[in-house]
Amino acid sequence: MTTVEKTDVLIVGSGFGGAIAAYHLSAGGAKVTVLERGPWLQAEEFDHDYKLGSSFTRIFDFVVGDGMSVLGGNCVGGGSVVYFATMPRAPRFVFHRRGSIGRPMWPATITRDTLDPWYDRVAEALPITTTPWDQVPYAGGLWAAACNHAGRTANPAPSAVDLSLCTNCNWMMAGCRFDAKRSLLLNYLPAALSYGAEIRPLHEVQSLTRNHDGSYRVHYRIVDGEDYRVLHDAGEIDAKIVILAAGAGATPVILRRSEPQLGTMPYAVGRYFSGNGERLNTAVFDEDRVRDVLGLTREGGKAYEAYQIGRGPTVANWDHLDGSLPEYERFSLEQLYFPPALGTILAQVPDATGPSWFGMEKKELLRRWQSWLTIFVMSEDDNEGFFGPLPETGNANRFSQQMLGHGPLRYTPTANTRRGWALADAEIKDILERDGLARVMPWTNDLVGAYTVHPLASCRIGDDPATSALDDRHELRDHPGIFVTDGSAVPGALTVNPASTIAALAERAMPGIVAAARARGVNVRYGAPSPDGATAGRRAVANTV
Amino acid sequence: MPLGNAEHDPDQILVLEAFADTIVPGAKRSPEDRAIAGVVDDPGAVEAGAVTLLGDPAGGLAPALEVAAMELDEYATEYAREHDLTLDADVPPFVALSFADRTALVARLCAPDHPEKQMWVGLALFSNMAYDSGAHLSTTEALSTGHPGLLGIGFAPPQEDGLWRFPRFSYGRQLADLHPHTTSTGSPS
Repeated sequence: MTTVEKTDVLIVGSGFGGAIAAYHLSAGGAKVTVLERGPWLQAEEFDHDYKLGSSFTRIFDFVVGDGMSVLGGNCVGGGSVVYFATMPRAPRFVFHRRGSIGRPMWPATITRDTLDPWYDRVAEALPITTTPWDQVPYAGGLWAAACNHAGRTANPAPSAVDLSLCTNCNWMMAGCRFDAKRSLLLNYLPAALSYGAEIRPLHEVQSLTRNHDGSYRVHYRIVDGEDYRVLHDAGEIDAKIVILAAGAGATPVILRRSEPQLGTMPYAVGRYFSGNGERLNTAVFDEDRVRDVLGLTREGGKAYEAYQIGRGPTVANWDHLDGSLPEYERFSLEQLYFPPALGTILAQVPDATGPSWFGMEKKELLRRWQSWLTIFVMSEDDNEGFFGPLPETGNANRFSQQMLGHGPLRYTPTANTRRGWALADAEIKDILERDGLARVMPWTNDLVGAYTVHPLASCRIGDDPATSALDDRHELRDHPGIFVTDGSAVPGALTVNPASTIAALAERAMPGIVAAARARGVNVRYGAPSPDGATAGRRAVANTV
Repeated sequence: MPLGNAEHDPDQILVLEAFADTIVPGAKRSPEDRAIAGVVDDPGAVEAGAVTLLGDPAGGLAPALEVAAMELDEYATEYAREHDLTLDADVPPFVALSFADRTALVARLCAPDHPEKQMWVGLALFSNMAYDSGAHLSTTEALSTGHPGLLGIGFAPPQEDGLWRFPRFSYGRQLADLHPHTTSTGSPS
C-alpha cells in the first residue's frame, strides 16, 4: 500500500500569493510544500530570444478565452518573473467601489489606510523604489512630454527594478537576465527555501478532495518539461491547510473541478472575473514633430525612435484617478512596451482604407515600429467575466507546446466597461494627436477578444456571501482550511497595476492563515521579518495583528 | 524543417504562402512567383519564414495545415463564384485570387462571427510572428543573417555577447509636473 505524502501547508502556485505564504509559514515553523505547474528558471536561463522554446515561451502563458485572453506567468515566481515590476498602490477610491453589485465590493475592514502598512511590508521586501527622472527611458519621457504639452501631469511609477543593474533591454517578459527585476526569485522564495519550504516545479494541481479528519488531499499531474501538452504521472499530497494561488485564470478552475468531491462552491467561484479594465492603444509618432513641438532630441540626432529601449512601463498619467469622478470614468494611462511576436498583430493602422490589422498598410505601420508608443489603459470594468465548461486538465486546452492555449473564460464587456474604454481612448487621442505629434488607434478586440495581463476577482474576498467567494481573511466560504491569496481574491479592477495590491493583501492575510493553521494543529507562529531580515515593516504591522 | 502534413504537397505550400503574403505582403521571389502577389517592393512574411514557422511542431498548427489549405481553396472557389470571377486553373484557387480578393476573403474568415475564426486568426498570428519576431529562429541568428522582418521593423541588434543593453536610454530630465496628490512612496493617493 502506498503512503500518501503529508505536509502541513500545501500551496498551489508560486507567484505573489504563493511565495509570500510560503515564506511566512515556513519561517514560522510549518512544513510547507509549493506545487508550481511551470518550470524553475534562474537568471542565466532567461534568454534574449523570441524562438519557440526559449524562456519567452517557457515561462509565459497566453490563454485565449471567449471574449477575453489572459497573459500570465507560468514558472516558479509566477507573474513576478514575467511582469514589468510596476508597483503603484491602488488609489483610495478603489476600496469604496460598488461595481456591478451596487454595494461595497471590498470588505469593510480593508481601506487604503488599513492596507498601507501591508503595502509597506511588500515595498520593504522586494524592494519597491521611486524612479528619478534621469532614469526614465525615452519612451516614458516621450509620454511625459506629450502629457505636459497637453496640460496633463505625468508620474514615473514606483517599481521593483534595481536601476543599478538594469540595462534597459526590454526583454523582461522573458525573465530578467541581469537580476535587475526584483522578482520573487530574489526575496520571498529563497527565504522560504532557507526555512525548509519545498518548491516542486512542473506539478500542475488538478483538484482537491477532503479527508475524514478535515484535512485536504491535493491531486496533481507532472507536466512535461518541454511539451506542456503532455502530462505524466499523477500524485497526491495531504495537507492540513491548502492555499490556492494559481492565478485568477486557474484558481477558480481547480475549485470548480473539485466541487463534486468537496461540495457546493460559493456562487462567486469562477464568477465576477475582472480584466482590470485593460486596453491598449498604439501611437506612431512623427519624429519631426517630436523634435519641433516637444523639443526632444537624443544621441545620433534622433528625436525618439526608441520604442525598443527601456523596461516596460515607466511613466503614467493619473489625472483621471479622481475619486470625485463617477465610477467607470476613472482610469490610468501608462506608457508601455509590448514586444513583437504576440501583440503587434492587434495594433491597428490609424485611418486605414483597407484592413486595419493586416496587409499593406499594416506593414507600413510595422516599418515605423521604433516610433511606436503603446499606452496601457487600466480602468474600471464590470466584473463581467465567468468561467464556462472546464478543460479536462489544467486551465486551458494547450494548443502549442508552450504558451498558447484555449481556456474557459467568457467575457462580454458591458456598456459601463466600454464607456470607460471609450473615454480613455479619447483622452489618449487628445493628448497624442495634438499638434500632429502622432496618430493613435486602440488595439482590435476582434481577434482574441479583450485581453488582460492582470486577471483579477474570479474568487474574491468580500462581506457579502452572495457575491464573494472568500471572507475578509481569504478563507473559502463553507470550506474551512482552504485559502486563496492570489489576484483572484482582489474584488475588482484597481485602475493601476495590481501586483503591489495582490502582494499587500497576501501579506495582510498571513496572520489569519497562521492562526488557522495553529487551530488545525500546526506548530507555527506569525512574525517573520522581511526576507532579508529587515524589521521596519514587521514593527509597523505589529499593532494590527 | 518539414511542413507538417503538407510536407509533400507543393500546392498546399503555395496556398499557405499566399495566405501569409496576405497578412504581411512581400516582393515576388521571381517573376514566376504566383504565391506572393508582389504588391510591395521588399520581403514579407513568406521570405521571413512563415511556412517554416507554421509547420513547426512546437507551434501547434502543423497538424491542421493540410485541412486549412484545402479549406482556403474551397472558400476561394466559393468566393470566386459569388463575385463571378474565373480562376486560373494552373494554380490552387486561393493562389489564383488577386491580392485584393485574398484580402477580402481573409478579412471574412477572421471576422468575429466566423465559425472557424480561431483557426484563421491562429494562421494570421503565426504569419505575423514569422515576420516581426522570426520565432522559428534564434533572434541573434535571425538578425545576423538578415531576417527581413526584424530588419524591416528596425529591431536594434544585441551587443557582442548576444545580449541587449542600451547604455543611453533617457532624455535625462523632468518632462512633466507630477500629479499633485502623489504620495511620498510615488503612488496615487
